Amino acid sequence: MEDLKRRKRLRHSLIALFTVIIFILPFIITNNYYRSVLVIIGIYTTVVVGLCLLMGYAGQISLGHAGFYGLGAYVSGVLTSTYDVSPWIAILLGAVGTGLVAYIIGIPIFRLQGHYLALATLGLGLIIHVVMMEEVDITGGPSGLTKSIPYLSIGRFELNTDFKYYFLVWIVALAAIILANNVVHSRIGRALRSVHGSEFAAQSLGVDTGKYKLQVFTLSAIYASVAGSLYAHYITFISPSPFGLMTSIQFLVMAVVGGLASIWGPIFGVTAITLLTEGLKYIVPKMIPQAGGEYEIVVYGVILVIIMIFLPEGITSGIVNIYEGWRHRKELADVTSGDK
Amino acid sequence: MVRFKKMSAILVIVLIMGLLVAGCGGTKTETDKTTAETKEPYKIGAIFDISGKGSSLGIPERDTVNMIIDEVNKAGGINGHQIELVMLDNESDETKSALAARKLIEQGVLAIIGSSQSGTTLSTLEAIQKAEIPLVSAAASIKIVQPIADRKWVFKTAHSDALVTEKIITYLKSKAITKVAFASMNNAYGDSGLKEFTAAAAKGGVTIVAKEKFAPEDTDMTPQLTNINRAKPEAVICWAIPPSASSFTANYRTLDLKMPLIHSHGIGNKKFIELAGDAANGVIFPVGKLLVAEGLADTDPQKAVLVDYAKKFEAKYGARNTFGGHAWDALKVVLAALEKAGPDKVKIRDEIEKTQNFTGISGVFNMSPTDHNGLALDSMVIVEIDKGKWVLAK
Repeated sequence: MEDLKRRKRLRHSLIALFTVIIFILPFIITNNYYRSVLVIIGIYTTVVVGLCLLMGYAGQISLGHAGFYGLGAYVSGVLTSTYDVSPWIAILLGAVGTGLVAYIIGIPIFRLQGHYLALATLGLGLIIHVVMMEEVDITGGPSGLTKSIPYLSIGRFELNTDFKYYFLVWIVALAAIILANNVVHSRIGRALRSVHGSEFAAQSLGVDTGKYKLQVFTLSAIYASVAGSLYAHYITFISPSPFGLMTSIQFLVMAVVGGLASIWGPIFGVTAITLLTEGLKYIVPKMIPQAGGEYEIVVYGVILVIIMIFLPEGITSGIVNIYEGWRHRKELADVTSGDK
Repeated sequence: MVRFKKMSAILVIVLIMGLLVAGCGGTKTETDKTTAETKEPYKIGAIFDISGKGSSLGIPERDTVNMIIDEVNKAGGINGHQIELVMLDNESDETKSALAARKLIEQGVLAIIGSSQSGTTLSTLEAIQKAEIPLVSAAASIKIVQPIADRKWVFKTAHSDALVTEKIITYLKSKAITKVAFASMNNAYGDSGLKEFTAAAAKGGVTIVAKEKFAPEDTDMTPQLTNINRAKPEAVICWAIPPSASSFTANYRTLDLKMPLIHSHGIGNKKFIELAGDAANGVIFPVGKLLVAEGLADTDPQKAVLVDYAKKFEAKYGARNTFGGHAWDALKVVLAALEKAGPDKVKIRDEIEKTQNFTGISGVFNMSPTDHNGLALDSMVIVEIDKGKWVLAK
């Protein structure tokens, strides 16, 4: 019992510490490029937190999250640029709409199991992408929205710089993390983990597995939608190409690299992958002059493979395991040396 | 063994951290280098789609830019200042392109050239307009430079689709063709072509009797061609880039369709002919003059420039293509403006806008406050593929 309380305290203080770091960071980093990378990390983190909740706790794979992400972006983009709807209302409408889509589609999908579920979400993502490409009158088709998307603003205060946008994005990301954390440590979270462990055992104990899975799926779709809206208002231009299958896979990679079984996983995963791609752009040309992007992709792939071989549970669990192993050995050494 | 594994894991983490730290320290080392020279170099940025879907455009653009920068620096630079080029690959990804633009802006470049494709250019414009830095794009879409009120800092050197479609309509009229079928690949490029061609056809009195689409990764367009054949057009227009443009052409020949096949400027590289093989013979398309440089009349103002670029490029990197030409124009326009204006972003922009009678690869540029592209209809020629070679169409 003491141990549980201690863990809870530790968890809360970690979140508090992280929040403080997040809010100090943009004052230390004055380079707008690094700030913009952090904004993108924040946007991706929001999506991946939802995905981790779905994968790590409910044990369900989604290959269609870029679709939800794009749905949010397009609802925001189209409503604000073509119909002059207030951006905040558009974000809300996007989130509710996407949640509804996920919920309705989730009802039949969650009767499927295993690979079929992955395939169904894959199909869903593709369908959303096709709609973006084909509904030319609404979405502008493959060339993207014709009018530019306005900035977000709070009253007269326009969020038109990387610095200002950073705070909005990370407040949303933190809210997403804290909400996810609460879900995980609630009755629903425990029920979800039991689904992940053994769905049949959970069912036999009276856990309504289908209902919980559907709820988490909807929640993660809403996360993705909000992140998509934030993306649209940040870049102020959208076309279907960032919302295709590759993006869904990229989100999966981020989730898996970070580690699925912890709320810190998404942050580590997204940060590692984003900084890796951006960092390689600097490093590779220094090592191999005249090298094009092809080399960067090779190095990126090799590093991913290495991470997956040596840290199969993701970076977060990997670090914790190494630390625990080290502490364990040290304790062992202390005990044996104490015997003498 | 277990210990080895853990050590390796730690090593990997350290390696990644090292990479990141090195990545963050980037800008510092670069500025250190500059103090060593007497005159501070001028810094110019470039973003191209070097890897990913747009790489067939981005790679020749990268090569061309490297070639010119080498040449200029060896000749003493601009007004005695060496040119320092910062080139980034956006991996044909819009989000990464937007980040790359911000990175270049932070590094204090005087102007940016790129990106290669319309989408990857459009996603950078927000940052460009806000940072007030001149950008010269090598991509096609007219949206890049219009509406002009929101594009004060943005220019482009590739032919707009509107210009290309107008050229095709003029050609059709000269052959007295009034009924055509239009097939396009289903992406930004094909979509823009379809939109512009529909508008130009309506204006030019040409009827489109069939409209068909295919996916960029499709390899068999027989169903689309069957539909087209049923509509009995007098000519077929295909708006695509290889490989799908080549597959379309191969299918066209297999079905033995007799009407003329007209392509867009998207097939302005050797890859199209390589992939389509014998089927490519007889294909007609409008394109910049580079491909048929040697066949031009000696009075053509562009001939000397074109032949010179083609020779140098082919000596180093292989067959010429029009995309490298777009980058040539973008960089040369910027360098010319830089020479007149010095290291002042506002003045460079004004000079680019004042560009007059600039003989480039894609045509003779005449920019103005209302036209940030500056190309006229006579900058294009109609080319025919004959025995695997480009020749001027009669």
